[in-house]
Amino acid sequence: MALQIIATCVNCWACEPLCPTGAIQAARPHFRIDPRACSECEGQFPVPQCASICPIEGAILDQAGRALNPPGSLTGIPPERLAAARAEIQAR
Amino acid sequence: MELTLVHSSPAAGGCAASGCGGSADRLAELPATIRDRVKDHPCFSEEAHHHYARMHVAVAPACNIQCHYCNRKYDCANESRPGVVSEVLTPAQAVKKTLAVAAAIPQMSVLGIAGPGDPLANPERTLATFRELSEKAPDIKLCVSTNGLALPDLVDELCAHNIDHVTITINCVDPAIGARIYPWIFWNHRRIKGIEAARILIAQQQKGLEMLVARGVLVKVNSVLIPGVNDAHLAEVSRVVRAKGAFLHNVMPLIAEPEHGTFFGLMGQRGPTHAELQAVQDACAGDMTMMRHCRQCRADAVGMLGEDRGDEFTLERIEHLEIDYAAAMQRRAEVRAAIEATRAQSRQQVAGQEEVLIPLAGLRRQPRGLAAAPAATPAAARAPAATAQGGGTGGHRPLLLAVASSGGGLVNQHFGHAREFLIYEATTIASAAPGATPEAAPTVDVRFIGARRVDRYCGGGDTCGDAETALAGTLRALAGCAAVLCSKIGYEPWGELEAAGIQPNGEHALEPIEDAVAAVYRELLQAATARDQPALSALSA
Repeated sequence: MALQIIATCVNCWACEPLCPTGAIQAARPHFRIDPRACSECEGQFPVPQCASICPIEGAILDQAGRALNPPGSLTGIPPERLAAARAEIQAR
Repeated sequence: MELTLVHSSPAAGGCAASGCGGSADRLAELPATIRDRVKDHPCFSEEAHHHYARMHVAVAPACNIQCHYCNRKYDCANESRPGVVSEVLTPAQAVKKTLAVAAAIPQMSVLGIAGPGDPLANPERTLATFRELSEKAPDIKLCVSTNGLALPDLVDELCAHNIDHVTITINCVDPAIGARIYPWIFWNHRRIKGIEAARILIAQQQKGLEMLVARGVLVKVNSVLIPGVNDAHLAEVSRVVRAKGAFLHNVMPLIAEPEHGTFFGLMGQRGPTHAELQAVQDACAGDMTMMRHCRQCRADAVGMLGEDRGDEFTLERIEHLEIDYAAAMQRRAEVRAAIEATRAQSRQQVAGQEEVLIPLAGLRRQPRGLAAAPAATPAAARAPAATAQGGGTGGHRPLLLAVASSGGGLVNQHFGHAREFLIYEATTIASAAPGATPEAAPTVDVRFIGARRVDRYCGGGDTCGDAETALAGTLRALAGCAAVLCSKIGYEPWGELEAAGIQPNGEHALEPIEDAVAAVYRELLQAATARDQPALSALSA
């Protein structure tokens, strides 16, 4: 079992020092989690540390590919509003 | 024609008014010990920011909270908001960049770490940068700005690294208001949301403020003015932080556009108008010294306030530079000595001038030449004059005047080239000279209010969806102003300005700003009186 960081990561470094097993690497183009080292913080913390500080919705997934921080959960911006705004800006 | 320059500055660039806030420094109200510590800090002293440069190094990408005005996808070269940077540096790169800039810009007096995340959420990176710089450039002042969450745990470390100034962003002291600004914080290994998050953050900010003050560190408080959220609350914030010993309060306007991708930007939360910002700044000014020249710099800004020379010092460019630290420090010492000599001379000349533009900060409603009476707040001191004049000759009310200037404290910029306007408030002062009537020769007080940008913090033009014409943006920046002073102006904008009720004026090119503003204010008063008088005679007939 392991979490993974995907391409929407902004390389902000917030997660890296929190990882209890040192599984997070400052890789390029984005940070990554070494799946062999990741314990999902089990036995160490009640919640995965990287996903508890990550500011980007959808950037950290569980083994099943589900976002630990789904759209709208961190910024409070409803996903429909975000999509509409993106469309408006692109149309200009 | 030869012009006598009352105020001259060896360093061009940035906001170049000859002394935003009038002929004397607004920090005059501060105790001498503090004044001495901030006199060469461009972000803390209005007067110093014409002479000294600063830079931010972006070594701190991580953050431990989310603010509704911030978007953590921070990399955009077209923007100049706080929290936006082009490249994040390692501490070693940051030290190299700082030394390169300090060698190339000898006016540099301050190095700050401001983000793009929260410097204290990146303690190792932030402290490593400070540690090395305090050894290699001991003449550069170090400062840091923070949201305050991690501050109490790091106060002693900061003091150990000789950090003299700390800025804490405090937008509220009420958790219910905080819950509308901060959606979450990371605290004790958990993400905490809602009012509980705001309560913890506020408690940490206040504790950190108290601990810094107890250790003699200068603390400035930044607040973001968010209309409908904390606008009515900021006077209370000002009162609380002042009581705890913060020495300066900087109320900044919310920057929120949909294209920034922030919660406020996308949810239609607007920023304050210029008038709203000024009203809140004035409401807070009764409590403590206010800062009005803040330009809300990027977390990697370089140069004089209001300019950004970051492009000259990219990693690529500084990599192969050979820097002679000792020679650079020696040069900075010489430049500082020259700046201080110029400032001292300028103060003397101002003191010896025939016509003195009395800064409100120092104004005590006394005839000139007499000793200053006990302190009155600037706002309180101004009110009686406005009232007294208002009834008499058609209203000598305070007016806002905008100035286009590219440096040196002069009206010296073409209207179309101005990327920002310096805004001054002019008003008449009753009985400034014994026996003088306001009608004969009104003494005009000129007060710096702030700088307004034309470019809306984004230079991306149409690609970012900002389709507004340049002139429309300029007109918005000038909203509420009675006149705009510039060196020259084109025919088309002249007409548009007049249509908008703003009087263009190119008659005072190359004159010192405060003198020119006072002259134009007098002309506006005379014109208003001339217009009113026929109407008055018609009424009485």
